[in-house]
Amino acid sequence: MIPQAAELPWFAALPVALLLLGGAGLTLIGSIGLLRLRSFYERVHAPTLATSYGMGCILIASMIFFSVLQTRLVIHEVVIGAFIVLTTPVTLMLVARAALHRDRLEKNATVPPSINQPAT
Amino acid sequence: MTAMVLSWCLLLAQLMLALAMLCATWRVLRGPRAQDRVVGLDTLYVNAMLLLVTFGIRSGTQVYFEAALVIALLGFVSTAALAKFLMRGEVIE
Repeated sequence: MIPQAAELPWFAALPVALLLLGGAGLTLIGSIGLLRLRSFYERVHAPTLATSYGMGCILIASMIFFSVLQTRLVIHEVVIGAFIVLTTPVTLMLVARAALHRDRLEKNATVPPSINQPAT
Repeated sequence: MTAMVLSWCLLLAQLMLALAMLCATWRVLRGPRAQDRVVGLDTLYVNAMLLLVTFGIRSGTQVYFEAALVIALLGFVSTAALAKFLMRGEVIE
Protein backbone atom coordinates (compact mmCIF):
# COMPACT_ATOMS: atom_id res chain seq x y z
CA MET A 1 0.00 0.00 0.00
CA ILE A 2 1.24 3.49 -0.79
CA PRO A 3 1.22 5.76 2.26
CA GLN A 4 0.41 9.03 0.46
CA ALA A 5 -1.92 7.59 -2.16
CA ALA A 6 -5.01 7.93 0.05
CA GLU A 7 -4.63 11.72 -0.08
CA LEU A 8 -4.56 11.71 -3.88
CA PRO A 9 -7.86 12.65 -5.57
CA TRP A 10 -9.17 10.30 -8.25
CA PHE A 11 -8.62 12.76 -11.14
CA ALA A 12 -4.88 12.62 -10.38
CA ALA A 13 -4.61 8.97 -9.38
CA LEU A 14 -6.22 7.67 -12.56
CA PRO A 15 -3.81 9.37 -15.05
CA VAL A 16 -0.86 8.41 -12.85
CA ALA A 17 -1.90 4.75 -12.86
CA LEU A 18 -2.57 4.71 -16.62
CA LEU A 19 0.69 6.48 -17.47
CA LEU A 20 2.65 4.11 -15.24
CA LEU A 21 1.09 1.06 -16.88
CA GLY A 22 1.62 2.45 -20.38
CA GLY A 23 5.22 3.47 -19.77
CA ALA A 24 6.16 0.17 -18.16
CA GLY A 25 4.42 -1.74 -20.94
CA LEU A 26 6.28 0.17 -23.65
CA THR A 27 9.58 -0.42 -21.83
CA LEU A 28 8.80 -4.13 -21.61
CA ILE A 29 7.97 -4.26 -25.34
CA GLY A 30 11.28 -2.57 -26.13
CA SER A 31 13.23 -5.03 -24.02
CA ILE A 32 11.42 -8.01 -25.56
CA GLY A 33 12.37 -6.58 -28.93
CA LEU A 34 15.98 -6.47 -27.78
CA LEU A 35 15.63 -10.13 -26.90
CA ARG A 36 13.80 -11.36 -29.99
CA LEU A 37 15.08 -9.43 -33.03
CA ARG A 38 17.65 -11.26 -35.11
CA SER A 39 20.57 -9.09 -36.20
CA PHE A 40 22.47 -6.53 -34.16
CA TYR A 41 21.43 -3.63 -36.38
CA GLU A 42 17.76 -4.48 -35.79
CA ARG A 43 18.33 -4.87 -32.08
CA VAL A 44 19.79 -1.38 -31.72
CA HIS A 45 16.40 0.13 -32.51
CA ALA A 46 14.29 -1.75 -29.96
CA PRO A 47 15.42 -0.13 -26.66
CA THR A 48 14.66 3.36 -27.97
CA LEU A 49 10.99 2.57 -27.26
CA ALA A 50 11.97 2.59 -23.58
CA THR A 51 14.08 5.73 -23.78
CA SER A 52 11.47 7.82 -25.58
CA TYR A 53 7.83 7.01 -24.83
CA GLY A 54 8.32 4.63 -21.91
CA MET A 55 10.53 7.04 -20.04
CA GLY A 56 8.26 9.99 -20.94
CA CYS A 57 5.12 8.30 -19.61
CA ILE A 58 6.71 7.24 -16.32
CA LEU A 59 8.33 10.63 -15.71
CA ILE A 60 5.06 12.47 -16.46
CA ALA A 61 3.29 10.13 -14.00
CA SER A 62 5.87 10.99 -11.35
CA MET A 63 5.48 14.71 -12.08
CA ILE A 64 1.67 14.57 -11.75
CA PHE A 65 1.92 12.50 -8.55
CA PHE A 66 4.30 14.82 -6.72
CA SER A 67 2.74 18.03 -8.06
CA VAL A 68 -0.75 17.10 -6.82
CA LEU A 69 0.60 15.71 -3.56
CA GLN A 70 2.64 18.78 -2.65
CA THR A 71 0.18 21.27 -4.31
CA ARG A 72 3.03 22.96 -6.16
CA LEU A 73 4.77 22.39 -9.47
CA VAL A 74 7.37 19.60 -9.12
CA ILE A 75 8.99 19.17 -12.51
CA HIS A 76 12.59 18.29 -11.77
CA GLU A 77 12.02 14.97 -13.57
CA VAL A 78 12.39 17.04 -16.73
CA VAL A 79 16.14 17.00 -16.06
CA ILE A 80 16.31 13.21 -16.39
CA GLY A 81 14.08 13.31 -19.46
CA ALA A 82 16.14 15.94 -21.26
CA PHE A 83 19.38 14.17 -20.41
CA ILE A 84 18.21 10.76 -21.65
CA VAL A 85 16.68 12.24 -24.82
CA LEU A 86 19.97 14.03 -25.57
CA THR A 87 22.32 11.13 -24.80
CA THR A 88 20.49 8.11 -26.25
CA PRO A 89 21.12 8.99 -29.94
CA VAL A 90 24.77 9.76 -29.13
CA THR A 91 25.44 6.43 -27.40
CA LEU A 92 23.53 4.32 -29.91
CA MET A 93 25.27 6.06 -32.81
CA LEU A 94 28.66 5.41 -31.19
CA VAL A 95 27.86 1.74 -30.58
CA ALA A 96 26.45 1.22 -34.07
CA ARG A 97 29.50 2.84 -35.71
CA ALA A 98 31.81 0.71 -33.56
CA ALA A 99 29.90 -2.41 -34.58
CA LEU A 100 30.06 -1.40 -38.25
CA HIS A 101 33.80 -0.81 -37.91
CA ARG A 102 34.28 -4.25 -36.36
CA ASP A 103 32.14 -5.96 -39.02
CA ARG A 104 34.11 -4.29 -41.80
CA LEU A 105 37.41 -5.28 -40.21
CA GLU A 106 36.23 -8.89 -40.18
CA LYS A 107 35.11 -8.62 -43.87
CA ASN A 108 31.61 -9.59 -42.82
CA ALA A 109 29.46 -9.91 -45.95
CA THR A 110 26.26 -8.71 -44.30
CA VAL A 111 27.36 -5.06 -44.03
CA PRO A 112 27.90 -2.77 -47.03
CA PRO A 113 31.46 -1.61 -47.72
CA SER A 114 32.60 1.90 -46.92
CA ILE A 115 32.05 4.60 -49.56
CA ASN A 116 35.61 5.87 -49.22
CA GLN A 117 37.21 2.50 -49.87
CA PRO A 118 35.84 0.73 -52.97
CA ALA A 119 35.01 -2.93 -52.45
CA THR A 120 37.78 -5.31 -53.48
CA MET B 1 -10.60 2.76 -3.85
CA THR B 2 -8.39 4.98 -6.00
CA ALA B 3 -5.49 4.31 -3.63
CA MET B 4 -5.97 0.59 -4.21
CA VAL B 5 -6.11 1.00 -8.00
CA LEU B 6 -2.96 3.12 -7.94
CA SER B 7 -1.20 0.62 -5.69
CA TRP B 8 -1.99 -2.34 -7.94
CA CYS B 9 -1.06 -0.44 -11.11
CA LEU B 10 2.23 0.55 -9.48
CA LEU B 11 2.95 -3.06 -8.55
CA LEU B 12 2.12 -4.20 -12.09
CA ALA B 13 4.36 -1.50 -13.59
CA GLN B 14 7.22 -2.51 -11.32
CA LEU B 15 6.80 -6.16 -12.29
CA MET B 16 6.85 -5.23 -15.99
CA LEU B 17 9.99 -3.12 -15.51
CA ALA B 18 11.66 -5.97 -13.62
CA LEU B 19 10.77 -8.33 -16.48
CA ALA B 20 12.26 -5.82 -18.93
CA MET B 21 15.45 -5.77 -16.83
CA LEU B 22 15.52 -9.58 -16.99
CA CYS B 23 15.27 -9.45 -20.81
CA ALA B 24 18.16 -6.98 -20.96
CA THR B 25 20.21 -9.11 -18.56
CA TRP B 26 19.61 -12.17 -20.72
CA ARG B 27 20.91 -10.22 -23.73
CA VAL B 28 23.99 -9.14 -21.74
CA LEU B 29 24.74 -12.73 -20.70
CA ARG B 30 23.96 -14.42 -24.03
CA GLY B 31 24.66 -11.69 -26.62
CA PRO B 32 26.58 -13.39 -29.42
CA ARG B 33 28.99 -10.48 -29.78
CA ALA B 34 30.41 -7.69 -27.66
CA GLN B 35 28.26 -4.95 -29.20
CA ASP B 36 25.09 -6.88 -28.27
CA ARG B 37 26.26 -6.90 -24.66
CA VAL B 38 26.90 -3.16 -24.74
CA VAL B 39 23.39 -2.42 -26.08
CA GLY B 40 21.95 -4.80 -23.45
CA LEU B 41 23.82 -2.91 -20.72
CA ASP B 42 22.48 0.39 -22.08
CA THR B 43 18.91 -0.94 -21.93
CA LEU B 44 19.54 -2.38 -18.46
CA TYR B 45 20.51 0.94 -16.94
CA VAL B 46 17.58 2.80 -18.52
CA ASN B 47 15.18 0.16 -17.13
CA ALA B 48 16.80 0.34 -13.69
CA MET B 49 16.44 4.12 -13.72
CA LEU B 50 12.72 3.86 -14.57
CA LEU B 51 12.28 1.27 -11.82
CA LEU B 52 13.86 3.71 -9.33
CA VAL B 53 11.40 6.42 -10.41
CA THR B 54 8.49 4.06 -9.69
CA PHE B 55 10.04 3.24 -6.31
CA GLY B 56 10.07 6.98 -5.64
CA ILE B 57 6.34 7.18 -6.42
CA ARG B 58 5.67 4.23 -4.10
CA SER B 59 7.58 5.69 -1.16
CA GLY B 60 6.60 9.31 -1.82
CA THR B 61 10.12 10.64 -1.24
CA GLN B 62 12.46 12.56 -3.54
CA VAL B 63 15.53 10.49 -2.61
CA TYR B 64 15.02 8.01 -5.42
CA PHE B 65 14.94 10.82 -7.98
CA GLU B 66 18.55 11.71 -7.21
CA ALA B 67 19.60 8.07 -7.46
CA ALA B 68 17.88 7.86 -10.86
CA LEU B 69 19.66 11.01 -12.02
CA VAL B 70 23.05 9.61 -10.98
CA ILE B 71 22.32 6.32 -12.78
CA ALA B 72 21.38 8.24 -15.96
CA LEU B 73 24.61 10.28 -15.85
CA LEU B 74 26.95 7.36 -15.13
CA GLY B 75 25.17 5.08 -17.61
CA PHE B 76 25.80 7.50 -20.46
CA VAL B 77 29.49 7.79 -19.58
CA SER B 78 29.93 4.02 -19.27
CA THR B 79 28.18 3.27 -22.56
CA ALA B 80 30.21 5.91 -24.39
CA ALA B 81 33.44 4.48 -22.92
CA LEU B 82 32.45 0.93 -23.90
CA ALA B 83 31.63 2.06 -27.46
CA LYS B 84 35.03 3.76 -27.66
CA PHE B 85 36.64 0.55 -26.44
CA LEU B 86 34.82 -1.47 -29.12
CA MET B 87 36.01 0.96 -31.78
CA ARG B 88 39.65 1.39 -30.78
CA GLY B 89 40.53 -1.35 -28.32
CA GLU B 90 41.35 1.16 -25.59
CA VAL B 91 39.36 3.86 -23.82
CA ILE B 92 41.93 6.64 -23.35
CA GLU B 93 44.50 7.08 -26.10
